[in-house]
Amino acid sequence: MKLHRTNRLRTLSVGALAVTSALVLSACGTDENTGNGGGKTDAASNINCEGKGNLLASGSSAQKNAMDVWVQKYQQACKETQVNYKATGSGAGIQEFLQGKTAFAGSDSALKEDEIKDSQKVCKGGGKGINLPMVGGPVAVGYNLSGVDDLVLDAPTLAKIFDSKITKWDDTAIKKLNPDTKLPSTKIQAFHRSDESGTTDNFTDYLNTAAPDDWKYEASKAWKGKGGQSADGSSGVASNVKQTDGAIGYFELSYATGSDLNTVKLDTGASKPVEATVENSSAAIGAGKIVGKEGDLAMELDYATKAEGAYPIVLVTYEIVCDKGNKADTLEATKSFLTYAASEDGQKALEDIDYAPMPEEIITQVRETVAKIS
Amino acid sequence: MDISPTTAPPPPEQAERASATRMGDRIFLGLSKGSGITLLVVMAAIAAFLAWRTIGVLPENEGNFLTTFEWNANATPPVFGIAVLAFGTVVSSIIAMAIAVPIAVGIALFISHYAPRKIAAPMAYIIDLLAAVPSIIYGLWGALFLVPHLTGLYTWLDQFFGWTGIFSYDGGAPRSLFTVGILLAIMILPIVTNVSREVFKQSPKMQEEAALALGATRWEVIRMSVLPFGRSGVISAAMLGLGRALGETMAVATVLSPSLIIKESLLDPGGATFAQNIAAAFKEAGPIGRDALIASGLVLFVLTLLVNGAARMIIARRKEYSGANA
Repeated sequence: MKLHRTNRLRTLSVGALAVTSALVLSACGTDENTGNGGGKTDAASNINCEGKGNLLASGSSAQKNAMDVWVQKYQQACKETQVNYKATGSGAGIQEFLQGKTAFAGSDSALKEDEIKDSQKVCKGGGKGINLPMVGGPVAVGYNLSGVDDLVLDAPTLAKIFDSKITKWDDTAIKKLNPDTKLPSTKIQAFHRSDESGTTDNFTDYLNTAAPDDWKYEASKAWKGKGGQSADGSSGVASNVKQTDGAIGYFELSYATGSDLNTVKLDTGASKPVEATVENSSAAIGAGKIVGKEGDLAMELDYATKAEGAYPIVLVTYEIVCDKGNKADTLEATKSFLTYAASEDGQKALEDIDYAPMPEEIITQVRETVAKIS
Repeated sequence: MDISPTTAPPPPEQAERASATRMGDRIFLGLSKGSGITLLVVMAAIAAFLAWRTIGVLPENEGNFLTTFEWNANATPPVFGIAVLAFGTVVSSIIAMAIAVPIAVGIALFISHYAPRKIAAPMAYIIDLLAAVPSIIYGLWGALFLVPHLTGLYTWLDQFFGWTGIFSYDGGAPRSLFTVGILLAIMILPIVTNVSREVFKQSPKMQEEAALALGATRWEVIRMSVLPFGRSGVISAAMLGLGRALGETMAVATVLSPSLIIKESLLDPGGATFAQNIAAAFKEAGPIGRDALIASGLVLFVLTLLVNGAARMIIARRKEYSGANA
């Protein structure tokens, strides 16, 4: 009996994969077409190509897909610059930047005090490293529970689930939030990241801020909760959730859409539960504020926001450059690439791949700062 | 007087040949000595590098390097300990050995003593091929095929041996140290099998035939002649396998659900190994984090040396059985 079920599940998942890949492929196709019809020339004219040669950057894997799109569009316009972004992870990215190996770094968390101090060695002439928030992303909580397509959870419940204090799907706490849903008594299998990650940092920061009584651990890149299963990378977590009935895990929204997983709607205290969407997370980023000083645009997010339609588990990833004293041979290209990334076109390109554009008042400041880089 | 007197000078071409041989000997000696020294130098260089970085980072540690469970080397202050890693590495390797060695010896005996040549040759060849499969392929196979199919075995183990505690299972994807052990067993099977087979093949034919002539069955021949003769060889084969199991990285990283907790049950997801932890934690590691990982690598290095040393001692003690004296 069991064998039958797994077989059927497998057939289903293969079918789902085929359908999604077909959709994704056709989506790519239409994109290309509109691009050729006029968007392309448009984009080309909006990108200001300056500088040439090899532009090296590395860092956060969370913004890899965004970078891929930017790089592709940028290179279409600027043939003389090769942009090369290696998704080595935020830590390694900052490291390489501080060693002067790259022109800029991508990172899920802003530079720390001592890293800013270190950056003065690379940034010549009294410059220092600054954070430019460029990409936002909703961290979706995806689940796989047969028969349930609509699930509302709140921060305390999520905290208890991920800390193995709630172990069955028909727990009263979950039932109370979903009065109209028939919940099975399946065992909850909570998946978290096994590697250190900015996604974990943001997710636990959210749990710690929005449900301090139920999530006692401090926010950190390494997972500190009890129990549950773990997997490497967002893709690992998503594929394990996909495979396991009764599983729940957290990852960037693009992985949820990519694997066709249902995502949890959050009861934040707003009048309606909020879904993990690009718009909703842009709204939540807008509820945060910039805390960096002297040109630094490091942000502090308001994870406990109750604003209508604001999805609070969001990840903001930064590009890290020197405000002054960038290397002369890559300065022009860096500036031109970042200008494009922060431009209206660059930010708009994010929506198609499930990343959130920065809210207007923040991206304006980023544009101003990028213009001043020297 | 065909034999030339010793006092007579050798004919010129003979002298030339003799000195040429001596020259060849000297070159060969130099080459082999050089190779031997290179090996020692490489080992020493690795050890020195690991030790140097370890000495640098250990004072930074807020926890106890040997007994702390936590691995949070990038935090300020950094806390890291190898207790869980050592436990996971040793336990998964022991499980792998317990499964692989008996099976490998069985296969080796079958190939060398039971199977007709028509079957033995292709079988040996296939076992050889298993060794050539890259570990990431084992990892993928393990994660996508082995893990989903182990639920039945786990449930069975829980039903009959759940009372022991170490085999209790409460549902959930079986991505545990036990699964890792099974996968490692498959991975080390070829090397243990091959070496054992070679050793069994070398067992003295005369003894076997003598035993047969005295009326022993084939099993008795194997028990009395082949196995005692091959024991030290099988132990070395097992140790070679153990060496691979201890250091296996990608397959473990793909199959295990790592966490820095020692679980009472081997079937619960969790645990970690040295190599897996290095692979998983390296990409986000800062300078201290990296050195901390190198320190854990030093422990793995020492552990492997100890295992090999122990194997040497066992083999030395059983020398009287070995083929060298037969």
